[in-house]
Amino acid sequence: MTNQTRLTHLLRWLALSALLFWLLLPLIPLLIWSFAFRWPFPLLLPESWSLRAWQIAFSARSGMLAALWNSLVIAVAVTLVSMLVSIPAGRAMGMHRFRGKRVVEFLLLAPTIVPPLAVVLGIHVLFIRYGLADTRLGVMLVHLSPIMPYAVLVMAGVFANYNPEYEEQARSLGAGPLRTFWYVTLPAIFPGMMVAGLFAFLISWSQYITTLLIGGGFIKTLPILLFAVAGANDTALTAAISIIFVIPALLLLLLTARYLTGEDAAAGGFGRV
Amino acid sequence: MPRPVALDGCEFDMTQVVLTDLTKKYLGATAPAVDRLNLECESGRLHALLGPSGCGKTTTMKMIAGLLKPNSGDIAFDGASVLHTPAERRGAVMVFQNYLLFPYMSVGENVGFGLKMRGVDKQTIRRRVAEMLELVRLPGIEARRPKQLSGGQQQRVALARALIVQPKVLLLDEPLSNLDAHLRDEMRELIRTIQQQMNITTIFVTHDQEEAVVLADRIALMFDGVLHQVDAPQRFYDGPVSARVARFFGGANFLPGQMHNGQFESRLGCFAVGQGAVLNGPALLTIRPEAIQLCAAESGSQQKNHLPGRIISRLYTGANTRVKVQVNEFTLTVIADPHAVDAARTGDMVTLYLAPERLWTLPIESP
Repeated sequence: MTNQTRLTHLLRWLALSALLFWLLLPLIPLLIWSFAFRWPFPLLLPESWSLRAWQIAFSARSGMLAALWNSLVIAVAVTLVSMLVSIPAGRAMGMHRFRGKRVVEFLLLAPTIVPPLAVVLGIHVLFIRYGLADTRLGVMLVHLSPIMPYAVLVMAGVFANYNPEYEEQARSLGAGPLRTFWYVTLPAIFPGMMVAGLFAFLISWSQYITTLLIGGGFIKTLPILLFAVAGANDTALTAAISIIFVIPALLLLLLTARYLTGEDAAAGGFGRV
Repeated sequence: MPRPVALDGCEFDMTQVVLTDLTKKYLGATAPAVDRLNLECESGRLHALLGPSGCGKTTTMKMIAGLLKPNSGDIAFDGASVLHTPAERRGAVMVFQNYLLFPYMSVGENVGFGLKMRGVDKQTIRRRVAEMLELVRLPGIEARRPKQLSGGQQQRVALARALIVQPKVLLLDEPLSNLDAHLRDEMRELIRTIQQQMNITTIFVTHDQEEAVVLADRIALMFDGVLHQVDAPQRFYDGPVSARVARFFGGANFLPGQMHNGQFESRLGCFAVGQGAVLNGPALLTIRPEAIQLCAAESGSQQKNHLPGRIISRLYTGANTRVKVQVNEFTLTVIADPHAVDAARTGDMVTLYLAPERLWTLPIESP
């Protein structure tokens, strides 16, 4: 190994450690809190420990498991739907020029500019009329509004860097449209899809205001439960549920990390040679 | 319908390709990219679609492959229209200029792709892939990744990937232009050998007239979406149809005048002319730079087809010397053997001999 590569390895290792430290540091006090029984003020660590908070968290009484399930179902469904829409939309935005493209771009970005509260209040009125208020489907739909800009922009970036001649080559060699998509397009855009999917999942996972307003308190997701518990002044239980809330997101980030950096990065898409 | 796969050897049927009034106009373009193109490609021959970049040759090729839909006109293979046959069933396989090997597949998977799409069993695919890699002289590299190959090797893998499906028509997009000079010779010879061995109807696109001449049996020359001349390579030197065609093939000498009874009358005098595209009326007289004979000043300057002139520049290019000779207000370019013009210096008076059988007349260009 040359000095140069040793140095870059060291730097990379340092950066990774710093990142992990940054991500995990806030979890340490939470972890301690969740096991604390008595923790009077000046002490650095709790006086006595207990599993009470965790037992409550996993009991049916707390509703944590139901909320976790709700959050998962909504986030996964919303991620899938956002993928179905953002792949063709991203392709159109990234690869084609068409009349009114600017307007479409602006409309896509609008949810990131307009305050979500204003949007959701407007949507709420409509959803009541359509019977979507207080339903899981309604919550899923409203989650899509902050997600779509990111999902479409990521996919547009992927397709801007994509060479459609690979598809022509596959067609020419005897692959029909479906198999061309499966064998050629999909592998090329897969890293980008992972990134867009990660964004979609995480945005849905952390929605509070939209879920609260459209779900009307009937659709209990983890953030809704977390706010309720935090309001009840049980620090240990709040800490335990916070950890449960963070872990799936962290796991997902770690699983998709390789698509965020390096050769498999989202900007992949074969590139124009 | 997938074509049956011959398991032994490489038997191709010969397919004739006929393009009739083929026209393609891109959305928003003012002029058509390809304009009423009529072309017949004989079966089992090697054809070049030649022209400067943007002349519509790649568009034409993609239409033959079924990757672009023409606005009007017809494409027929062996007399049957394939206009409504989708690309994947047309059997015209295209090899792109930048090879486009699928980067996440091994070389073996790349070459076997077409057979996999046709539902051929794995064992047969493996055997045929090995055969094809042997054919392109890259045996045993199935496990490698495209990234690990040089440009020339990638090109040959791309060729193997196209040939394995036994296409009716093989379409090559600028097959030599991405290669170094020494690889070009090797690739050209490989394409020629395989094409002849298999008798596969092949059409390739190129902007390089030299490439077209050395590879093709017939050349179709296009400018601005319009076909200008379809001929055997030599005819583009000996009998171009227009000054534009002649210029594209390195023609440099054009003299305006009148053709009359086998005689060409011009400001430089009267010439006996053997043949031409114009036999009567206003015409341009042309002669290849390498066909002009450079003689000493005194020799027969008064005779027919002899012109006195003064050397105004000479450029030694290694294989030959380009000499510019001023004759009255005209400048003629002569390509001569370096030893023959060794003694000639800039400013010397010389006599040029334009042999009647090397002279050719062209229609006057509209401005």
